[in-house]
Amino acid sequence: MRISPTWLREFVDLKVNETQLADELTLAGVAVESVKEMDGQTLFEMEIGTNRPDAMCHYGVARECSAIYDIALKPIAPKLPKAKPAAIPVPVEIQDAKGCARYTVRVVRNVKIAPSPAKILARLKIDDHGGINNVVDASNYTLMEIGHPTHAFDLDKLEGGKIIVRRARAGETLKTLDDVVRKLDPEDLIIADAVRPVALAGIMGGMDSAISSATKNILIESAWFDPVTVRKTARRLGMHTDASHIFERGADWGGTGLACDRVAELVLETAGGELEGEPVDVVARHLVTYSIWLRRSEIQRHLGQEIPEATVTRILSRLGFKLTAVTPATLDALKKLDPADTPEQKQAVVIAAGDIAKATGLASEQIMAIIAASKNWGPSWMVDLPTWRLDVEREIDLIEEIARIYGYNKFANTLPAFSGGVVELLNADKQAKARALLLALGYNEAIAPTFISQADATAFSGSAVVPLANPLSEEQSVMRSSLVPGMLNMLAWNLNRGTSDVRLFEIGHVFSAPAEETTAQATMLCLGATGNAISPSVHGAARAYSFFDVKGDIETLLAAFELPGLKFEPTDRYHQGHGARAVADGVVVAEFGQLHPDVAAARKLKQEIYIAEIYLDHLFQFLLRSPRYQPLSRYPAVDRDFSFSFSDSVRFEQIQSAIHALNIAELQSFQPAEIFRGGSVPQGKYSVLLRAQFQSADRTLRDDEVAQWSARIIKALEALGGILRS
Amino acid sequence: MAYTVPKLEDYSAAALDKAVEELKAALYQEADAVSNENKWKEFRDRWMARKNGILTQINDLWLKAAPGSAKREVGARVNQLKTGVASIVEAKHALALNAPVTFTSQGIEIPRAKDWESFRKLATDPVLDITLPGIRRPLGAEHPVIKTMNEIVSVFRAMGYSVADGPEIETDYYNFESLNFPPNHPARDTQDTIFISGQEKKQQRDRLLLRTHTSPVQIHTMEKHPPPIRVVVPGKVHRADTADATHSPIFHQVEGLAVDTNITFCDLKGTLDHAMKALFGSSVKTRFYPSFFPFTEPSADVQITCFKCGGKGCRLCKMSGWIELLGCGMVDPNVFNFVESNGYDAEKVSGFAFGMGVERITMLKYGIDDIQLFYQGDVRFLEQFA
Repeated sequence: MRISPTWLREFVDLKVNETQLADELTLAGVAVESVKEMDGQTLFEMEIGTNRPDAMCHYGVARECSAIYDIALKPIAPKLPKAKPAAIPVPVEIQDAKGCARYTVRVVRNVKIAPSPAKILARLKIDDHGGINNVVDASNYTLMEIGHPTHAFDLDKLEGGKIIVRRARAGETLKTLDDVVRKLDPEDLIIADAVRPVALAGIMGGMDSAISSATKNILIESAWFDPVTVRKTARRLGMHTDASHIFERGADWGGTGLACDRVAELVLETAGGELEGEPVDVVARHLVTYSIWLRRSEIQRHLGQEIPEATVTRILSRLGFKLTAVTPATLDALKKLDPADTPEQKQAVVIAAGDIAKATGLASEQIMAIIAASKNWGPSWMVDLPTWRLDVEREIDLIEEIARIYGYNKFANTLPAFSGGVVELLNADKQAKARALLLALGYNEAIAPTFISQADATAFSGSAVVPLANPLSEEQSVMRSSLVPGMLNMLAWNLNRGTSDVRLFEIGHVFSAPAEETTAQATMLCLGATGNAISPSVHGAARAYSFFDVKGDIETLLAAFELPGLKFEPTDRYHQGHGARAVADGVVVAEFGQLHPDVAAARKLKQEIYIAEIYLDHLFQFLLRSPRYQPLSRYPAVDRDFSFSFSDSVRFEQIQSAIHALNIAELQSFQPAEIFRGGSVPQGKYSVLLRAQFQSADRTLRDDEVAQWSARIIKALEALGGILRS
Repeated sequence: MAYTVPKLEDYSAAALDKAVEELKAALYQEADAVSNENKWKEFRDRWMARKNGILTQINDLWLKAAPGSAKREVGARVNQLKTGVASIVEAKHALALNAPVTFTSQGIEIPRAKDWESFRKLATDPVLDITLPGIRRPLGAEHPVIKTMNEIVSVFRAMGYSVADGPEIETDYYNFESLNFPPNHPARDTQDTIFISGQEKKQQRDRLLLRTHTSPVQIHTMEKHPPPIRVVVPGKVHRADTADATHSPIFHQVEGLAVDTNITFCDLKGTLDHAMKALFGSSVKTRFYPSFFPFTEPSADVQITCFKCGGKGCRLCKMSGWIELLGCGMVDPNVFNFVESNGYDAEKVSGFAFGMGVERITMLKYGIDDIQLFYQGDVRFLEQFA
């Protein structure tokens, strides 16, 4: 919406220049987004919140100026000639009081439809309206000026010259002004003549009753339509008009007459004709039937700063509120009230404070409770609300009005007192540890999109997916059930841009639908790696990232936790023979391996891709490992190498457990040093160099005891089918 | 005739020199003969094996046998030889593996490298070109958005705020209704909500959607804990925004909530002023102006003086000197009404809430011009934040 400061100055005698005005309006909550020049005049591009339809016009902004600068707002009073009496006033019937609270009409006869004069057109141009004809323009001009949407019908096209406000009937249609035939729903509020719908209430008029060059007699509609009703229909039909924008947010219930008169005044001025009869003003229900009780103590409690009574009164009055101080007699009666009083005594006081009970609509018990809770609430006011401020319903709304006009930046900056401890998220330390390790291992942290395709969801997870009702695209139609597709996309992104060595991790949520209409969220960590583990340089050759790189990184990560009985088992999840899962205490904490070359190829990934998925919800059930100190031995360690050949079916884990089972306390480590296949080693076998290190905490080891342990080791390995190579 | 380590009769410098030269000559000769991996292993073991390797032998035959007066001199030479032998063995291995192989009638032949001489020199008299780049172990980089989010959380943690979180899939009740967005209110339009499909049978308040802000965690927190509370809530949120340089369907927010008796608008201002100074430097100033959020009243937007130009006006702040950073306000009494049974009586307690977009702050802080960079995983981008 645009506002012309020149136009504003017609309603308030502003002393400030445009720049200062723009700034001060913004600081009072009527935001000027930008200031621009158009056709030699300055215009404000406004950003008015959905709660302030009253400020979406020039007069509304002028009222804000009046409050900010404490200067009078000039009234708008259309001057209309004495009307020719009507033979019969236009019959207006509101059949749906919920949808339409008020409907005001005027009739002007013998108008001459023509283009509007330049002055009107210049004003319409502020909002990029080109001008249609003098009658329609009068309605649009009024909207820009005082913010109330109106509509003009060709009176002669209304069957029976009659207006009925009702819900649409099943099967009814209406061709709206944009030349679209609308199928109406029984929820839609419409304006009908004696026979058929002629307008979508508060949204758009009908084509058949529109003002045309042949129009002679017009009916001006100025009504108040229910926001929710207008919004539902506008949304269902995908329509958004200047009128629906205001009605959806709440138009001025008290302003229908003024708007009607203003349109009539402009029509008479620009299209001629004669006014016929008095306005017909049908009120189906009243809005804003209560006042608000405003306590000074509450202003202080919420804002934290004293605001003088005179300032409170001035600000609210300028905005159109009417304040009446609660009388000393009532105050005294309320102050004397003691919670220990008998119910009869309390009742008497409430009767004494009857104006509060009546005006606030609060039950007497509620008022009693408020009084009991806060005896020292100082002076207070009963505040009558203007009909254009439907957003102001409560005491706190008034306090906000006071604060924003007073100026937010005039309030002091203070810090609240607090005693109490800081509580971290349950797994914060574990997540921080995992993240720090991955960063140290050279993985860059990434964030992939939350949405994936149905095909990817099916390919990378077995869980039921969570589909979106309004996805952004088919490729992003379900909540991710796995972090892998996003990770593969990110790896591909890098490979396609010439970065071939990539290591990424992401910590994020995956989603599933454990039962119909329910969803569950799990926290996952995903690693993705491809290219070189060591880049080539002048100092050495490159080494490609391998399964054992990812395994090593997983081992490093898992070593941060106390994982009882941690073991690695083969899995075919990614690629048969190239994948493993880590299991601790019967719980799978991680799965990892090489992505199947076919899957990689299908995604145009031309390098070996390694993936790891760590189930953080499972992993975080285990404690972080706490360091345990072991005294350092002062005696030398002794290494012994064993060269063995084994059948391929013997896995290192078996060797390790066989040695572990020997329970040699002095055996500090037992590691494979080298593995050979091929050459002199027969097919189906491998040769391995195993290195044992012995050390004692309390003595230098003797050759004979080392020899004895070595013999036991050899025996254990031979029991596994190993053959000692000399 | 294979080289054998001689016993030394004479420990004079000349005799030592001679012995060392003979050993080196043998080393070079044998190194030259290495032509494949297996031969290299033999070569390595002959010179370096702990048990009876040549290096072990000179240790035993030269050093251990030396009279006390010569120990120092012999030790130095032996050490030098140890380094030299190791370098040659190592160098020969790298060369053997990298050198192009040619096929001849005798089998595979690895050609002698031209700079074999330079390896010798290096081995005996190492001079490093220390201006060559070092061997760096790549470090991973924190994602700039998560880094910024953690920084914001730290600032509030230091001010006594506990950390809370909540689910990314929410019900209408938590995302809207209990935050005072009535059904069919236009304020809901500003949220561009993504809905979970298949919810039609449910009551509106139970329907699932992707949270459009972290504010639902305010309600979850107040349901769990009676006042007083202070929490800061980092999290991911989603909106049906088409992706472009400034919009993303995914983004992150940090929410904050403080509720107690006697929490005032002045406290809100002071808290955020303090936090902005902690985040952006003590010289920034804050400016508050009215805004609208259904769940706060009064509501405010907060600007800080541009941290690039210091308030003078530049491209970053669009010449205004101010940058809009966050939304905040006093908790609306209607919000307390939804958690009244847990001790939140709007007549007795008051509070404030605030929320900020992490991507926006990160972009401003680092001068990033395209929000999409955050979600592509492009290593060239991410590595800049290591």
